[in-house]
Amino acid sequence: MEHLLNIFIKSIFIDNMIFAFFLGMCSFLAVSKTVKTSIGLGVAVVFVLLITTPVNFLVEHYVLKKGALSWLGENFADVDLSFLTFMVFIAVIAAIVQLVEMVIEKFSPSLYNSLGIFLPLIAVNCAILGAALFMQEREYQTVAEATVFGVGSGVGWMLAIVSIAAIREKLKYSNVPDPLKGLGITFILTGLMAIAFMGFMGIKL
Amino acid sequence: MSTREKEPLFSAKNLKLFTTPLGRDNPITVQVLGICSALAVTVKLEPAIVMALSVTIVTAVSNLVIAAMRKSIPDRIRIIVQLVVIATMVILVDQFLKAFAFDVSKQLSVFVGLIITNCILMGRLEAFAMANKPWPSFIDGLGNGAGYGFILIVVAFFRELLGSGTIYGYPVLAKLGIYTSGYENNGMMILPPMALISVGVIIWIQRSRDRSLIEKK
Repeated sequence: MEHLLNIFIKSIFIDNMIFAFFLGMCSFLAVSKTVKTSIGLGVAVVFVLLITTPVNFLVEHYVLKKGALSWLGENFADVDLSFLTFMVFIAVIAAIVQLVEMVIEKFSPSLYNSLGIFLPLIAVNCAILGAALFMQEREYQTVAEATVFGVGSGVGWMLAIVSIAAIREKLKYSNVPDPLKGLGITFILTGLMAIAFMGFMGIKL
Repeated sequence: MSTREKEPLFSAKNLKLFTTPLGRDNPITVQVLGICSALAVTVKLEPAIVMALSVTIVTAVSNLVIAAMRKSIPDRIRIIVQLVVIATMVILVDQFLKAFAFDVSKQLSVFVGLIITNCILMGRLEAFAMANKPWPSFIDGLGNGAGYGFILIVVAFFRELLGSGTIYGYPVLAKLGIYTSGYENNGMMILPPMALISVGVIIWIQRSRDRSLIEKK
């Protein structure tokens, strides 16, 4: 249990998707203009990560890895499909995003309306595929670890986008040099926040 | 392709497709596409150059393929078709790097895979290749890849020079004897935040020179 908590905290603060790996920057920069929409997108990302990371973990362990197909029989024990990883992961993500969209539309129209436009965007959010690839690279051993890592990354991403959106809302009233307005100052702000987040790096978990 | 309209392969129009993304319409600083990978691989020049080349090739070829197929792709499933084309190209690049440049491939780690979700690709496919002929699309892909690579290389150059005192692994500062006069490497430059700030400064410089790019409130 403590181990899982460690992974969770680590993926939120130390290995933060935005401040340490710059994943999901495109939507991070495009959608962080107001707090309200960024909360919507953040929730959607957490939700999709919660589902895709364990599914990709299972796919990786029972289909793609070398020897993963041995449950099919002796003949498959040596099959190594890992070169297909990217294609399968992105297909799984795109399919699940579609599925999640349909399920939410059916069972919770109010949630669907609030997430609405953000859900399709998420399929091409680097943070989702990034989480799947990091999950593979760091060799998490169980589904629970993968799930906790996925949710943690999502929460970290949400934390980042909501806080930058709050700063950008305030920024409207400040006197930024013209050429820096908009994109430029957002980059520099994100950099400064990343410096702040580096304070967590010393924590040993 | 373009021969039917008697248009030369390197007409002024096509050349412009290549040069605008290098400056005025740069994918990173103006269109805000493909930031994710741009920042993470710029600690050293070598991975930055490899990444720039990979992205250029993937963008150009998938632009070409999608432009060639654009009339037969049903509108509803175009995203999936685009993803499949891109993913195929990325797998090829990844396998190639693993075979011929294993060290760099290890340094780039997941970021080769993340070319798939690099917004430059989807952005250019949606905005250009779906509506244009294959040859201009190919040029457009090359241009955008080059514009992306240009920023990557500039950022990586400064981060490597100031952070590790080398250029492409060659210890420039040590050879010039700058350390003996008391200079220290700036360790901050190789940490993630400085990538963001460097890009911010590049945007600042570009927009001060070309004031038409300044964002209106």
